[in-house]
Amino acid sequence: MNHFDYLRADAVESALAEAAQPGTRFLAGGTTLIDLMKLNVEHPTRVVDITRLPGLDTITVSATRIRIGALAKMSKVADHAGIKEAAPAFSESLWRAASAQLRNMATIGGNLLQRTRCTYFRDPGAYPNCNKRTPGSGCAALEGINRNHAVLGTSAHCIAVYPGDFAVALVAFDGNIIVRGQTERIIAADSFFLLPGGTPQRENSLLPGEIIVGVEIPRSAALQRSHYLKVRDRASYEFAAASAAVGIELEADGRTIRDVRIAMGGVATKPWRLRTVETALRGKTLDEATLRLAAAGAVSGARSHGHNTFKIALAPKVVARALMKAGGIV
Amino acid sequence: MPSVYPISLSVNGARHDLKLDPRTTLLDALREHASLTGTKKGCDHGQCGACTVHVDGERILSCLTLAAQASGRRIQTIEGLASADGVLHVVQAAFIEHDAFQCGYCTPGQIMSAVSCIREGHAGSDDEIREYMSGNICRCGAYPHIVAAVRDAASRLKKEVSL
Repeated sequence: MNHFDYLRADAVESALAEAAQPGTRFLAGGTTLIDLMKLNVEHPTRVVDITRLPGLDTITVSATRIRIGALAKMSKVADHAGIKEAAPAFSESLWRAASAQLRNMATIGGNLLQRTRCTYFRDPGAYPNCNKRTPGSGCAALEGINRNHAVLGTSAHCIAVYPGDFAVALVAFDGNIIVRGQTERIIAADSFFLLPGGTPQRENSLLPGEIIVGVEIPRSAALQRSHYLKVRDRASYEFAAASAAVGIELEADGRTIRDVRIAMGGVATKPWRLRTVETALRGKTLDEATLRLAAAGAVSGARSHGHNTFKIALAPKVVARALMKAGGIV
Repeated sequence: MPSVYPISLSVNGARHDLKLDPRTTLLDALREHASLTGTKKGCDHGQCGACTVHVDGERILSCLTLAAQASGRRIQTIEGLASADGVLHVVQAAFIEHDAFQCGYCTPGQIMSAVSCIREGHAGSDDEIREYMSGNICRCGAYPHIVAAVRDAASRLKKEVSL
């Protein structure tokens, strides 16, 4: 690990002032940053500890929206009674992620910014070529072992999967990310995350010197009846092979779909909203055949890179299964 | 040469005044500077759980925590779990009784994690114990006995509370 100066901020304003200096990174839970510093992927010269900023860890569930402070721990949000009641998919996306220890450390703001688990990205010693780490150096994953890499949203420069779960729910349910720099900005989660394109080093629309202060999620009937399904190589403590955050609102007849929200994780370079599938399902009858037919569209445009073809078969099944669970027909 | 800074850590109720490089993790501070080697270094990347300690009563990974971040916090390690007269914590006793380890290297982390798992209310069934203990890897594969020990300790602690 390279040498760095450690500073502790006691107010958002002073944290932002410190961040103006080049080479500075904010440190919250540390579960990504310190890991990647040990791997020589991240090498900040100044680390500003923001974990003691006051007032940024509150969770509020009002009649119309949920607001979660950026420093709220994953474990606290997952176990929050109001979140479990109003937004079960969010609670599930959190307690099915990482381990209990990591969830006690990792914050909601940091969780959104966690870096990819691409093994080539994480190993600069063995693989100097990574467009995400060193723009223009190439991508070792394209011709490498890419079983865990993305089939959607990829480019010729990067096929790394966005690894998170919470952000998948946030994108499905039209969440916003609130950031503060010189001014406060509210960014729709779906546009916060960026496709790699020719600039995979830019993963989100956070600007240098900005800090995430919270997220907000509008409450809805679909959110109330939501589910996060995570399919993976082992039953717990593993990243998704494919996951889906879904919510369904039914008409008064109890079987016609009035509203539906779907986003996928584990298969794409960013949390992957399925608006076309949602549109195809509105007004339809909730049954297995209808859900499976619509879910086939989940992988429209998907592309295999050699070892990850299984994700193209798996993703629609995960979407359909998640919808069946949320709809109460499985 | 990197500079060192004075850092004061409160571990198991005792104050340790240390001079540390800012890169020092809480794990290395405990083992190499405070001579508390009960906390183990496994993967050093937050994947195995061997380094689990409690900070302000919550289980965390000391390998991904800078010592500087823990300054002013209440740190508890495996050395601080038994009572002062040497009587083992219920979870420690259950691990011995159920033979919940083979080589023992992951055990301090398993036990610190199990104490929290029970305290958090996540030891209600074997499935829940497996889910909420999944951050602690045991290469010897003592998992069935670990689950039995946690289940037993949870029920004994519940009885203690209701008495």
